[in-house]
Amino acid sequence: MPVIFITDFLIFLLLFGVVAFFFYGRKQEHLAAPWRDVRKRSLAMSSAVILFFFVCIGLFDSIHFHPKIETDKSTEKIYSNEILSVLDILLSDLRLKNEKTYSAPLASYSFSKEMIEQENGKKIRAYPRLIYGGASLNNPESESTADIVKRISLGFLYGLLISAIIINLIIFVLSKLMRASYRTTLHNCLLNKFNTHWLAIFITTLTIIITICIICSLSQNYHVFGTDKVGQDVLYQALKSIRTGLVIGTLTTLVMLPFAIAMGLMAGYFRGWIDDVIQYLYTTLNSIPGVLLIAASILLLQVYISNHADDFNSIEQRADLRLLFLCIILGITSWTGLCRLLRAEALKLREIDYVQAARAFGVQNYKVIFRHLLPNVMHIVMISIVLDFSGLVLAEAVLSYINIGVDPSMYSWGNMINSARLEMAREPIVWWSLAAAFIFMFILVLAANLFSDAVRDAFDPRLREF
Amino acid sequence: MYALPILIGVNIITFVLFFVVNTPDDMARMHLGIKRVSEAAIVKWKDDRGYNKPILFNGRVDGTKKITETIFFQNSVKLFVFDFGRSDSGRDIGYDISQRMWPSLAITVPSLFIGLLAYISFGLILAFFRGSYVDVSGVVLCVIMMSISGLFYIIGGQYLIGKFLHLVPISGYDTGLNAFKFIILPVLVGLIGGIGASTRWYRTIFLEEMNKDYVRTARAKGLPESRVLYRHVLTNGLIPILTGVVVILPSLFMGSLIVESFFAIPGLGSYTIDAINRQDFAIVRSMVFLGSVLYIIGLILTDISYTFVDPRVRLN
Repeated sequence: MPVIFITDFLIFLLLFGVVAFFFYGRKQEHLAAPWRDVRKRSLAMSSAVILFFFVCIGLFDSIHFHPKIETDKSTEKIYSNEILSVLDILLSDLRLKNEKTYSAPLASYSFSKEMIEQENGKKIRAYPRLIYGGASLNNPESESTADIVKRISLGFLYGLLISAIIINLIIFVLSKLMRASYRTTLHNCLLNKFNTHWLAIFITTLTIIITICIICSLSQNYHVFGTDKVGQDVLYQALKSIRTGLVIGTLTTLVMLPFAIAMGLMAGYFRGWIDDVIQYLYTTLNSIPGVLLIAASILLLQVYISNHADDFNSIEQRADLRLLFLCIILGITSWTGLCRLLRAEALKLREIDYVQAARAFGVQNYKVIFRHLLPNVMHIVMISIVLDFSGLVLAEAVLSYINIGVDPSMYSWGNMINSARLEMAREPIVWWSLAAAFIFMFILVLAANLFSDAVRDAFDPRLREF
Repeated sequence: MYALPILIGVNIITFVLFFVVNTPDDMARMHLGIKRVSEAAIVKWKDDRGYNKPILFNGRVDGTKKITETIFFQNSVKLFVFDFGRSDSGRDIGYDISQRMWPSLAITVPSLFIGLLAYISFGLILAFFRGSYVDVSGVVLCVIMMSISGLFYIIGGQYLIGKFLHLVPISGYDTGLNAFKFIILPVLVGLIGGIGASTRWYRTIFLEEMNKDYVRTARAKGLPESRVLYRHVLTNGLIPILTGVVVILPSLFMGSLIVESFFAIPGLGSYTIDAINRQDFAIVRSMVFLGSVLYIIGLILTDISYTFVDPRVRLN
């Protein structure tokens, strides 16, 4: 039985919007030309591939449902209370293999000593075997290194195979599209003669798929990033956090976009008292420190939730509402920048001849704004969406740290860091939760930064000559 | 002169957020426990904190007291004269702020100035070597450093310098000159955390300036590149840099929220975080107002400093 969270709905709405905008933008030369420039850049295409994989994981994690409980009677359908996503099903291996407590990455033994009763009845303090980590080994101390090496090389081979198939498929489709032979297409791809930097795409795909395969092959027998305090697999947490990061990064902009565009264009186009009011509004909002506004609003949301606890069916729904609310608040604190840019641009555009002509012909104001101003500020909107993304992902981690971010029950990198921080004082140090959050965040944010740089350079050619 | 209406706006926003969206009854219930809380306990909680008055208009008393004996006047209007009142746990907020201001300043002022100096020099170096390997690798490094969350710089710095090398204490604070050893690490971490974004931003500013006609004229006159950079590019680039600095000014007083709480420094930032965690609405309310006052002061200061940097700008 499917469950649709509000954020799920918005994510797919956004996806639909992006696809629609893609088809719209393809016909608009002033939007399409810079994108062709982006496609030529190797770094941008590599980051685009990485982002694509992240988005796929996020989308899989956004289809939620109540799983069916297997019963004897096949006619009756009983659904469990638990809410799972498609990603949970794909990762059910990781999700269900819970240990007792901490265990280091790729370990076969527990992290802390315990009393173990031996067969002859004697009790000793030793590191107990993990339930799942290294379970297939008889004697992990001597076998585990060889087993790990074996699994890595197996994963590597599988990755090579799978990515070879995928890349060949892409080249095959390309050759059909170009109506050229397979060999010439391959040749052109490798020598980089197309408008798109296919070589970069292929290399990135190869790397990612090999990495995924190695991790898959290792995680059948080990916890690749170890387990946390309650024995949950850290890799699973990090993968689940991707959705949270993406939601914050994209929905925030989506939520604020209508306001920023409408206010910015109106202020610039009408001027006079409307301009004054809008300027007053955004200066006032801007003058409140963002963190404090977010803190105040989240506090109030907590009051609301605790006073209306009965309105929510599940913890997930409550967490989802908080996530959405966080997006809205972050949107309120960040729309002012875009609004100011759009106002300045609208001030310039309204003096341009075709706008003046439209006004002279008596075209209604809202039509002028929609037909003549909006299409010409689209590139600014696009740049700011892409530029804001990485900052928002980083902001989520910081906010979760001060407890004003996402719900503590939700998987997010901020929550991972927050809970791992308390374990820094342990000896030997529990570093893997931090490392996993660090690696995933770093890859996502770095890819987003590189991609947004390319987009900005393409749309804003002032600095291109350097 | 736009300061007053903005402050009034901020005041109204905080008032609406804290008293109208959620009534004092809700807050009382939150503090006293959600369920099974008697009416009498709520009334007493409100009495203790002065939240028992009507919100906007008090019909039960006479004269001007109709206006003054209200929550709006007592808790929001009084902020204008910096009368912060008492926190929900009964402490004097104004006194706390004046005490906690100094540790915050001790961290943020050195961070700001050393940071500005360092970032501007890095930016100038990259701009000087534009297009070369130094520039490219510098920019790559900047992007990589930008992509790391600030939390990791703090955790890494604490672990490496505090715990591993044992050079300075991990966290804490002391009065007087002893505070020095506690300050070094937060300042250093703050500095490193900002390098990526700031250096790249300053580099862009300088490159934009270097593209202008007056720089070409200066070069055509035969001035050496260093003189072009220091005399012409640097002074003209200061205008956008100043605008960027203003945004940081409020955080100068507020302290860096995260850094302070990580390093256990008793400044305004950790004060605010504690208040958030304890759900002390009175303190958060005061800090919101204080923050926006500082922001507006910053705006005015920028306008004034423009006239020093760029004589063409006149105050009117």
